Amino acid sequence: MSESTTSSKHVSFLEYKGKYKGLLGWIFSTDHKRVGLLYLYTMLVFFSIAATLGLLMKLQMLAPGHTLMGPQTYNAMFTVHGIIMIFVIVVPGLPAVFGNFFLPLMIGAKDVAFPRLNLASWWIYVIGILVVLSSQFIGGWPDTGWTFYAPYSFQTPVNIVPALVGATIMGFSSILTGINFIVTIHRMRAPGMTWFKMPLFPWTLYATAWIQVLATPVIGITLLLTLMERLLGVGIFDPRLGGDPILYQHLFWIYSHPAVYIMILPGMGVISEIIPVFSRKSIYGYKAIVLSSLAIAFVGYFVWGHHMFTSGMSGRALYAFSFLTFLVAIPSAIKVFNWVSTMHKGSLLLQTPFYWAVSFIFVFMIGGLTGLVLGSLATNVHVHDTYFVVAHFHFIVFGGTGYSFMAAIHYWFPKMFGRMYDRSWANIGWVTFFAGFLSLYTPMFVLGLQGMPRRYYDYLPEFHAWHIFSTLGSILMIAGAAIVIINLVRSSRHGQKTSEKNPWGGKTLEWQADTPPTLENWEEVPTVTQKPYEYK
Amino acid sequence: MILGASTFVEGVDNAFMLILGISFFFLIGITLTIILFIYRYNEKRNPKATPVKDSVTLEVTWTVIPIILVLGMFYYGYVGWIPMKRPPSEGVMVTANARMWSFNFRYENGRVSDKLYVPKDTAVIVNLNALDVLHSFYIPAFRIKEDMVPGLANNRSWFEATKVGSYTIFCAEYCGLQHSYMLSEVVVMEQEDFWNWYNDPDAMVEEIPEDANLALLGRQLVQAKGCVACHSLDGSNLVGPSFAGRFGETITVITGGQEREIEYNEEYITRSIYEPDADISVGFRPGQMLSYEGEITEQEIELIVEFMKSLSEE
Ligand code: HEC
Ligand SMILES: [Cu+2]
Ligand SMILES: [Cu+2]
Repeated sequence: MSESTTSSKHVSFLEYKGKYKGLLGWIFSTDHKRVGLLYLYTMLVFFSIAATLGLLMKLQMLAPGHTLMGPQTYNAMFTVHGIIMIFVIVVPGLPAVFGNFFLPLMIGAKDVAFPRLNLASWWIYVIGILVVLSSQFIGGWPDTGWTFYAPYSFQTPVNIVPALVGATIMGFSSILTGINFIVTIHRMRAPGMTWFKMPLFPWTLYATAWIQVLATPVIGITLLLTLMERLLGVGIFDPRLGGDPILYQHLFWIYSHPAVYIMILPGMGVISEIIPVFSRKSIYGYKAIVLSSLAIAFVGYFVWGHHMFTSGMSGRALYAFSFLTFLVAIPSAIKVFNWVSTMHKGSLLLQTPFYWAVSFIFVFMIGGLTGLVLGSLATNVHVHDTYFVVAHFHFIVFGGTGYSFMAAIHYWFPKMFGRMYDRSWANIGWVTFFAGFLSLYTPMFVLGLQGMPRRYYDYLPEFHAWHIFSTLGSILMIAGAAIVIINLVRSSRHGQKTSEKNPWGGKTLEWQADTPPTLENWEEVPTVTQKPYEYK
Repeated sequence: MILGASTFVEGVDNAFMLILGISFFFLIGITLTIILFIYRYNEKRNPKATPVKDSVTLEVTWTVIPIILVLGMFYYGYVGWIPMKRPPSEGVMVTANARMWSFNFRYENGRVSDKLYVPKDTAVIVNLNALDVLHSFYIPAFRIKEDMVPGLANNRSWFEATKVGSYTIFCAEYCGLQHSYMLSEVVVMEQEDFWNWYNDPDAMVEEIPEDANLALLGRQLVQAKGCVACHSLDGSNLVGPSFAGRFGETITVITGGQEREIEYNEEYITRSIYEPDADISVGFRPGQMLSYEGEITEQEIELIVEFMKSLSEE
């Protein structure tokens, strides 16, 4: 359905009337910006649910023993929290929201290459979510952890089939978005935008899209094999039927490790956009950032074994995996150096997006450096499957994706909604969140070093003090998140109106489009003559 | 670091110190640099940015130095870890069996225990078995962890304890409902004490004194064997039916697909323990409880029966 027929040129994408009105005009719109916002709203809802589950778990951990809920409830909670956070929020995350919205704008295109496929991806995604949620009504919430490890996933009394089917369906959505972005980037760049004149966020989307297309099928296959085994009794992973449970872990992590880069690469892209703009300086080492993104995407395929150092697989394989894991740390380190150097001699605009970006660098460093502890064999054995890992991946995944998401939305908000948020509330929200985040997750490193295993509903009294600290942090963090979200939601309707095209003084193309952008973004597609971030 | 009591501790903790040391150095250094830049180059203080040219030398430097550092970390990690993978051929041999949600340890002379008793300064080689799902054998004080994988033969872990004392064993791999209660202890003894315990003939055939409280012994037994992870003592149903108020009742079970009435007596209890899937209590799932054939003697079953009787009398 082509909506452009009825829309006049200067009506913003938020307001134009297509074939359908109201809500239908959104859920059937193929406009990349509306699709992006559909993802944003869906994620907002599910993030709130999963974060609430997280808070309830932290409250249960406030004291040892049965305080708030029983073990079955707790186990189901960490499973559902994990499934929603991973499959519904962070994997689609930045590409689905900001990639959809800004990729075409940043490369000077009118839409993505396949707008209908793009809308279909959102529908598939929603259907996947609904299937997962249906488990509540057919056999109870899954309790296997989001990893669905065999053979427990075959023996648990609850029905994990809906969760597996739902996750597989969401995988298709991810693959389709990936294909769409790859084609868009190859075919639809504005005249003059050669590969190395392309901004960095599109570059990271490009690297990510390849991982989505190449790695996601593996998880699809794995989950389907699990279904075959659970429903038809074909012995693949369950030793009772002659299967091999370690094979399951290999297949699972062959996808899920690269998936970590699906989560983090676009975040790095966002930070690489924001730092130069708020430093009024060209990004330091543009090519190094591009190449390191591609290197991460590539080497990231070969390190999955670091999730399995204690799984019982052969020793020789282990040190190869450990070695490669250390190598994959290098490109990330390079990026940090580049960001910091970009600030050097800049003229730093101290605004909310910049605060989020800088705190991203901080939590990302902690996440990355503790990753070295996990990559090294001797230390991994001690902290594997403990709270240390929980802390590490919340720093990387939640810190990485979450902070860059927040940075991105505070950066692009005026462009997206044609309104400005309340800046002081935004800053208060950031400080609260940041303080809460650190006090929530830092104690978990200590707990892990002390030997507290993860996925424990109850714990020995010696771990109590740090758990209290962590729970208090979680309350603070949720308060911070609430301030940020309420401020944004309110401002998207009542914030100060603005039609200023370029409030931050950015140099990339999206800042040349109308605020908010019109249906097809440009009256005339811009021509690119210089590199991105050319500050004189 | 936390308390350490095995020969691996030094190698592992060295790797920790090296990696954490370098990490803190970079974290603090880079953070201070950022703060300094924010102070020195903020818009007010520095209204005009100065363009800086990329320097290839600098970029090569900050690529090469981290590579060297991580290679060092890799090496230390490897060195601290390799002894764990090379168990000696001589030593005390133990087979650790994990099931939902308890461990037990069987020694070469047939002695079985719920706690792992080991001598100081002697290699102990542990064969890791899992009877149902994945578990993981984790002793933080020894810095060892290895998954227990059902169906995987020759999966071993080993250690040499250096300090007398008892240390917690955790199950580190998620294994369902009572995962967090799947704990045990490793008790490190002086060598002489250990061998006395090991060879103690009385321990093999446990002589029960005449005036012993049999029900109490039974209670201790079901707790030590991990039965209480699935069977409550207060009437509530967990994974399996409660032990309370059942003895002497007539209950309904499913035998070979047929429902039938049966009396809950010593014979039924014995069959339930040795062949749990022969009769399934209505409302519960087969395949959850594994047979304790060879792990619980008939004499011990008598104690359990006494205990169940006492629960019904209350
Ligand atoms: C992993 C969980 C689990 C553990 C551990 C476990 N059981 Fe069970 N048990 C069950 C389940 C489930 C049933 C019901 C299904 C069946 O009969 O197999 C059951 C049934 C029984 C019954 C029959 C009860 C009835 O009311 O019909 C007895 C007796 C019993 N178990 C004794 C024991 C003893 C003694 C131990 C410890 C040595 C033990 N169980 C350990 C899960 C467990
Ligand atoms: Cu990984
Ligand atoms: Cu466990």
